[in-house]
Amino acid sequence: MAKVFAVTVILIAIASAIPILLHTWGPPVDISTHGPLIDEQMSETMAEAGISFLVAQIILGILVWKFARREGPVKNFPGGARGLVAAAVVLVGIEVLALGAFGTKAWASIYFTAPSPNATRIQAQAGQFAFYFRYPGPDGKFGPIHPDLVNEGTQNFFGIDVDHDPDAKDDIVTAEMGVPVNKEVHLLMHAKDVNHSFFVRELRIQQDFVPGLDLSIHFTATKTGRYEIVCTQLCGLGHYNMKAYLKVMSQSDYDDWLKQQASQQ
Amino acid sequence: MHDMHAPAVHHHAPPQGFIRKHIFSLDHKVIGEQYYGLALLAVVIGMVLSWVMRLHLAWPAMSIPGMQLLSKNGAPGGILTPEYYLQLMTMHGTIMVFFVLTTAPFAGFGNYFLPIQVGAEDMPFPRFNMMSFWVTFVSFLVAVAAFFVPDGPPLAGWTSYAPLSALGAVAGPGEGLGQVLWAASIAIFCVGQLLGSLNFISTALDMRCKGMSLMRLPLTVWAWFITAVMGLTAFAVLMPACILLILDHVAGTSFFVPSNLVVNDQLQPHSGGSALLWQHLFWFFGHPEVYIAIVPGMGVVSHVLIANMRRPMLSHRVLIYCMLALAALSYMVYGHHMFVSGMNPFSSLAFSFPTLVITIPSTVIVLIWIGSLYGAKLRINSASLFALGFISMFVSGGVSGFFLAQPSLDILLHATYFVVGHFHLVMAVAAIFGIFSGTYFWFPKVTGRMMSEPLGKIHFWLTFVGAYCIFMPFHYLGLAGNVRRYQAFVDDFMQPLIPVHKFVTVAALVTGAAQLIFLYNLFYSRFKGEKASANPWEATSLEWTIPSPPPWNNFGGKHPVVYHDPYQYGVEASSGDYVMQDSPEQIQSVHDEK
Amino acid sequence: MATTLHEPPQAAGEKVPELGHGNGGGGRHLTPGNGDLCALADHSSVASRTGIWVGLAAITMSFAAFTSALVVRQGSAMDWRHFALPPVLYLNTAVLIGSSIALEIARRRVAAFARGQKKDRAIPLAWLYLTLGLGVTFVAGQYVAWLQLKSQGLYLATNPSSSFFYVLTAMHALHVLGGLCGLALAISRLSQRVPSLRRSTLDTVSYYWHFMDVLWLYLLMLLWTKF
Repeated sequence: MAKVFAVTVILIAIASAIPILLHTWGPPVDISTHGPLIDEQMSETMAEAGISFLVAQIILGILVWKFARREGPVKNFPGGARGLVAAAVVLVGIEVLALGAFGTKAWASIYFTAPSPNATRIQAQAGQFAFYFRYPGPDGKFGPIHPDLVNEGTQNFFGIDVDHDPDAKDDIVTAEMGVPVNKEVHLLMHAKDVNHSFFVRELRIQQDFVPGLDLSIHFTATKTGRYEIVCTQLCGLGHYNMKAYLKVMSQSDYDDWLKQQASQQ
Repeated sequence: MHDMHAPAVHHHAPPQGFIRKHIFSLDHKVIGEQYYGLALLAVVIGMVLSWVMRLHLAWPAMSIPGMQLLSKNGAPGGILTPEYYLQLMTMHGTIMVFFVLTTAPFAGFGNYFLPIQVGAEDMPFPRFNMMSFWVTFVSFLVAVAAFFVPDGPPLAGWTSYAPLSALGAVAGPGEGLGQVLWAASIAIFCVGQLLGSLNFISTALDMRCKGMSLMRLPLTVWAWFITAVMGLTAFAVLMPACILLILDHVAGTSFFVPSNLVVNDQLQPHSGGSALLWQHLFWFFGHPEVYIAIVPGMGVVSHVLIANMRRPMLSHRVLIYCMLALAALSYMVYGHHMFVSGMNPFSSLAFSFPTLVITIPSTVIVLIWIGSLYGAKLRINSASLFALGFISMFVSGGVSGFFLAQPSLDILLHATYFVVGHFHLVMAVAAIFGIFSGTYFWFPKVTGRMMSEPLGKIHFWLTFVGAYCIFMPFHYLGLAGNVRRYQAFVDDFMQPLIPVHKFVTVAALVTGAAQLIFLYNLFYSRFKGEKASANPWEATSLEWTIPSPPPWNNFGGKHPVVYHDPYQYGVEASSGDYVMQDSPEQIQSVHDEK
Repeated sequence: MATTLHEPPQAAGEKVPELGHGNGGGGRHLTPGNGDLCALADHSSVASRTGIWVGLAAITMSFAAFTSALVVRQGSAMDWRHFALPPVLYLNTAVLIGSSIALEIARRRVAAFARGQKKDRAIPLAWLYLTLGLGVTFVAGQYVAWLQLKSQGLYLATNPSSSFFYVLTAMHALHVLGGLCGLALAISRLSQRVPSLRRSTLDTVSYYWHFMDVLWLYLLMLLWTKF
């Protein structure tokens, strides 16, 4: 039975590693400027975690095979506990701390850099159970949000007061998020009711919307196309269905799109 | 004058009457069995919930038999509504984490064996101990009651983030009375835990028999002691959080609900609260909680493996120091649940480092276990198989932690099935394996009968392979971006992943069915199992020096004296290759803790 | 490693917990002074002491959680409205401190009674009753503080500051009520025809009660600085 255990553990370990090695399932191709750092981090971590996983399971299997139902005296592992503690601290400790240290680069590139002043400013609002987006229009200013004016029926999702707020007059509200390619976007995030999250796999961005907090992120998309934005923070019964599309377009296509959206306000 | 060498104990008379013996018992052994029974009931409910969830995920339009009886509105015609899926999911997590994982390994086994393993007649505060069980039971009833109120249980997940959990019924079905019952249940649970921790800590520190120095305590005692200290501090923080949440619901306060929220076009009356405050309070509890779930299992696995390897661990002290280190570090890492929560990004990095550091004691523990297998004389039985399985599962669940400890990778993996795979491997599998291992090991002591070995082995194989089939694929799903807490997968990129979900569902149902073998074994052996001797495993710690089952006062009124550490195996002694902890026999030993 | 031969552990050099004596300072081990008394000496004092410290640690953690909730809440919005603390709070503080002093005197009187130095238990009982009475007065006084707050139009949900005022004082008062139950238990045991009050019970109740004092002083300081 010990041998069965050993073989099973080793087979399971190898079988688990196969889909990873074959890249059967994985993140989609990255379309962001900060993505390569994250992807590199992911590969490094996968290699180190994967090797640790395989080595540990295989050694477990081998030792169970070898040392079950044995005659003869008990033996000590060469080096004893001291050797193992040293191995753990040095090998694993240095490995994980190195991962952590290098990983700060990827994180810093997203969060510790200020958005560029020329970035395209877009406001995203997450509410049960849809995302809406607002563009400031030619005046470059967002009209203030009046929560008491929010009305889904009249499609006043942001609660803006076009009649009394001059900044709101040229605001453009859309159901899909259009952005120009290779140009930085500064996304202002507003939660209407509860926690939500903005997740675009290809962009390598995931950030919660928190009611009461003015959060923002900035990114640059590098490939045109249509990508899914999904909500990843449990927000109620429609959480599974809460999504929008991100359209990354060439500058001229984006300008046309924005004009078209403006005409539909 | 009283006996100066006697440990402090209330010398009570043997219990009389059915109620005192079996219902409101002061005997730590009965209380331990009651906790184990409660955990058994809870795990059956939790597992059935998981089957319903898995069926729905694989076949969302499926009519699941019986569900319309549980909730006419939640499952009309047996088909789960989106909200009901979330409600069942919330209760699945709550019941499993609180009433199974915090209960069986710690309160169940610990109550039964901690006093015996330190050589005590009982715990010092038996009335508090009895209260701790019944308070926990009441907490369970309150939680289950949430199923039966008109709108059903809450849907905010076992993590119950505000303001979804604080806004009230307007936020979603079940968020009214259901959510309040949930919070009340958890607050009551905290009280039960505190009463239990009180006893565990006092017993481990003050009730040790003569010769039982701290270093001579079995690893299970150290594990339970460390868990009790964590429980004390963690649950003491969760209770205030739940109280404040209840007040936001029923008293119109705004602890967790900010201003200017609009739900269904209605401006909500709250103002000024902090949504992140709930997360900080919850996870300050939540992270130690997962160590509370796993550390007792580490103790049990060490204890069981030692007896079956016929040698002590490579270093007894290092294992103790590592468990202590895990407990201490567990308070510093909680923010890794909040990397993308809107918390200050510097805080994310700050939390990431201790999270990575905590890998070190975890790795040392695994290496000590594996290193101790070298040169051992390993006996294979159900208990040792589950202990070995624990090691495999803990390694698997642990390495996914390498990813999740890094904020930059969390961007891709947060709230995906990668996280679900990680915590299920360490909690739902490894911790449960610890419970199984302990059950197979200690069943003879508790009942005086042996469990069926053939059935135990079949149970092991089906569960071991089955659990990997269920939870390993979750990691791939997560890498592909499969979001969690979705009742159905409607997004374009998730369509190709649905066949994987179907595979997992089938694996879950088969593995779940395999647990019936365990239940059958448990109940059949209780009455018809082969009679067990006092020490069927030739083990050394104090529980094996007393009859199976033990008498009401454990040591028959005598006060044990110990002369060795609890793991003197691989020696030449009159009884064989081991020396009981209370044997005055002098032996040649590689190392015997003083 | 060298072999280790074992002698049965010696009582002298070993650091094993010789429970049953040495309960924190020799000589305070109460033994029956005359035939009227049941053993006021008891063996469980060490475990009780551990138990009470463990319990106090838990209570400390809970109030630490409430404190951090207060700090975060105060900082999360501009809506914190300061108000004057109801003056009766200061009177209540004096009453609570007085009750602790009374309890300490009661403890010494009980000890003297147990050692047989005093025959009359009426005096220690009186001091215990005084402690109880002052404790009840404190709780009543806290209720008066609530009334004073209500008369200012400050209710539980009026403002985050008033919310925390009610929550903190209520949680503290609830724990004080628990302490009152402990005091009542001690009184009833001492009042029995053959007194069955154990040293450890009285110690436990006392530590708990004094902690309620300390906790109240802390909360008062918190209220005073933050409100």
